[in-house]
Amino acid sequence: MSGIRKRFGATVALDGVDLEVAGGEILALVGENGAGKSTLMKILSGVYPPDAGTMMLHGRTFMPANPQEGRLAGVAMVYQELSLVPHLSVAENILLGVEPASLGFLKTGEMDERAREALAQLGHSEIETSVRVADLSAAEQQLVEIARALAMGCRVLVFDEPTSSLTLPDIEQLFKLLGRLKEQGHAIVYISHFLEEVKQISDRYVVLRDGCTVGSGLTAKARIREIASLMIGRTMRNLYIRSRRTPGQVVLAVDSMAGVSKPSFASFELHRGEVLGIAGLIGAGRTELLRAMFGLDPVRSGEIKLLAHAGPASPARRWLQGMGMVSEERKNEGLALSLPVSENITLSKLKNFGRFGTILPRMQDAAAGLWIDRLQIKCSGPRQNVGELSGGNQQKVALARLLHHDVDVLLLDEPTRGIDVGSKAEIYRLIDELARGGKAVVIVSSYFPELFGVCDRVAVMTRGRLGPARPVHKTSEHQVMMEAAGTL
Amino acid sequence: MKRVITKLGPLTGLAFVFAMFAFLRPASFATMDNIQLMMLQTAVVGTGALGMTLVIMSGGIDLSVGSVVALSTVVIAILLNQGVPPLAAALGGVAAGATAGLFIGVLITRLRLAPFIATLAMWGALRGVAKGLAGEQMIIAPGTWLNKLLNVLTDDQGWMLLPPGVWLMLVLALIVGALLRYTRLGRHIVAVGSNEQAARLCGVPVERTKILVYVLGSGFAALAGVLQFSYLTVGDPTTGAGMELDIIAAVVIGGASLAGGEGTVRGSLVGALIMTVVANGSTKMEFPNWVQEIVTGGIIIVAVAIDRWRHRKSE
Repeated sequence: MSGIRKRFGATVALDGVDLEVAGGEILALVGENGAGKSTLMKILSGVYPPDAGTMMLHGRTFMPANPQEGRLAGVAMVYQELSLVPHLSVAENILLGVEPASLGFLKTGEMDERAREALAQLGHSEIETSVRVADLSAAEQQLVEIARALAMGCRVLVFDEPTSSLTLPDIEQLFKLLGRLKEQGHAIVYISHFLEEVKQISDRYVVLRDGCTVGSGLTAKARIREIASLMIGRTMRNLYIRSRRTPGQVVLAVDSMAGVSKPSFASFELHRGEVLGIAGLIGAGRTELLRAMFGLDPVRSGEIKLLAHAGPASPARRWLQGMGMVSEERKNEGLALSLPVSENITLSKLKNFGRFGTILPRMQDAAAGLWIDRLQIKCSGPRQNVGELSGGNQQKVALARLLHHDVDVLLLDEPTRGIDVGSKAEIYRLIDELARGGKAVVIVSSYFPELFGVCDRVAVMTRGRLGPARPVHKTSEHQVMMEAAGTL
Repeated sequence: MKRVITKLGPLTGLAFVFAMFAFLRPASFATMDNIQLMMLQTAVVGTGALGMTLVIMSGGIDLSVGSVVALSTVVIAILLNQGVPPLAAALGGVAAGATAGLFIGVLITRLRLAPFIATLAMWGALRGVAKGLAGEQMIIAPGTWLNKLLNVLTDDQGWMLLPPGVWLMLVLALIVGALLRYTRLGRHIVAVGSNEQAARLCGVPVERTKILVYVLGSGFAALAGVLQFSYLTVGDPTTGAGMELDIIAAVVIGGASLAGGEGTVRGSLVGALIMTVVANGSTKMEFPNWVQEIVTGGIIIVAVAIDRWRHRKSE
């Protein structure tokens, strides 16, 4: 692949990336979230076309129009979220879309044989080809997914974060399998955040940052530390505001809390006037931690105390107790896009908008208008639909809801994801203002410079476990990155 | 224990309601004649349920089938009046249904209408077409062998065991079952209903599969219309009102999931039989109609609740 470029609207996802991988080689593709790794691989596998650049496969021009064409040409992707059909059998999944058939009738014998062959090639003949995929474990499902690529004769295999849903013994199995595929002469691209894994299994590495290749080399000669610093790059310090704040009393205390699968362990205390950052990689369980505290997911064990209220509670109760949450899924969970700004801001607290329990739109709009002014939300007025606003302004509306409700504890999940720099700066300023006014804020973010810019303390979540919260001046982005990648 | 329930599922339900009525009304309910009658009463809904099983397994829904049944009876009656031979007339009715299905499939895949909306619109529109064709009245048709598909067997026909219309339903059921199990199209229907994105990624022709599903669904509804015509002996543009809900209920009682991917032909037929047994048994018990309707509603709730419970357990 050379000179690959791709834009989505105003954002440049890839800006001239070159990549080469040879048969019998494992190439690690690393970078922070949003660096462009997945976009690059989706272009390679034919999910979408590049805006510019060329791709060559076995010395010939390669430009798949869709994933099916990519597979037939010999490039297959093993996705992070598995793309299997749960109600079909193993054999049917392996040959889905390319079933051998005569006159529309399946040749079940041949299907079975080819599926068995592909599984044997992986060294996993023990998987029954007639079992429904829904009845297999996550690791077995992944094997089926890999077998599907092999059954189509693919020689280039792309693995997108393959270990994120696996347990440790399964990961070891997977690594053995990757070694086996490499010996068989397959070319493997391995996308991962976990630098330890990269060090362990890859031959070469390529680092992407902000859509550009910023480094590459032989893995054996590189140190994890070096790769990590390439991934982080320089930061824009002046964007962030953190005034001197003095933490007050404890408002939220979590002790050895565990959810259903994630988080498996979390303990921390949050004070008034404090901003706590939760760092970690996608899938580490950070969102689940917030959801469990806010009552969206069940809490299985451990203690949680919010002000005077002990124990878990439903989201409706949490609002009353003084806790609010902004979801990372702004469009699906955070806002009602087809409703106006004023409805969105006042949704959680429709009080004092009229007599006898009625809600007068005029008073609702007046309340919303205050927040529109204060947060400088750019909209035609409180009656404009939220769906028509830009991402940054939508996020401000989501935050305004928490302010309107006047909660004491704000849980913010990726509050600046996908919004422009100007809105980011305003949101950072707002967070600082809130903390100075005695509110307590928890921020989950995959963008570490942001956490270091606005938080007082940072805790790292790794595979479901929350580490200790450290003051930001006593740790470094480097250390957090290593901790998040599971290398400490 | 769970395996057994999963395996037999709706069949245990059928055995239960049958045994209950057989116990309460042994003289009038559990006779060969009444069993034959119940099979007859199931034929129309059962045939429609075969097509609906495909639609629901693909993750869709078809609310227009009752109107297709009416359209089919009208088309058959008109063709018979034109002097068309009975078999060709019946095929004409089926062709009318299949065409409607093609139209629905195109609405869903090309205009990207939700199946619920597309078929709700066709539920009204096809009823209108049937009424228009029939000039808003019943169409008397000349008597042919088509009228005898669902007659109770006479003594010299005893060798047939069941009326021809019931045989038709059973043979079609075997064909649809084989289609689902052994053909590429059948597996693609399950794949699309179970995980549409994965199916697309693997090169399954998702749009074509969906269109075919609605052609088959409406085609089977029109076949149900052939049986309905046989029963009515006239073309009636107002017949089959509300039948779509009976058919959907039969499929759902039979263990299909409206989320797609799940369901069986056998289950759907058993679901249709359960509803007939309850209706017939209630009549024999001299229950008023409203009691029977409440009981049917209750059965849907119980059947689906058991299904949910089963799924929770298997996780």
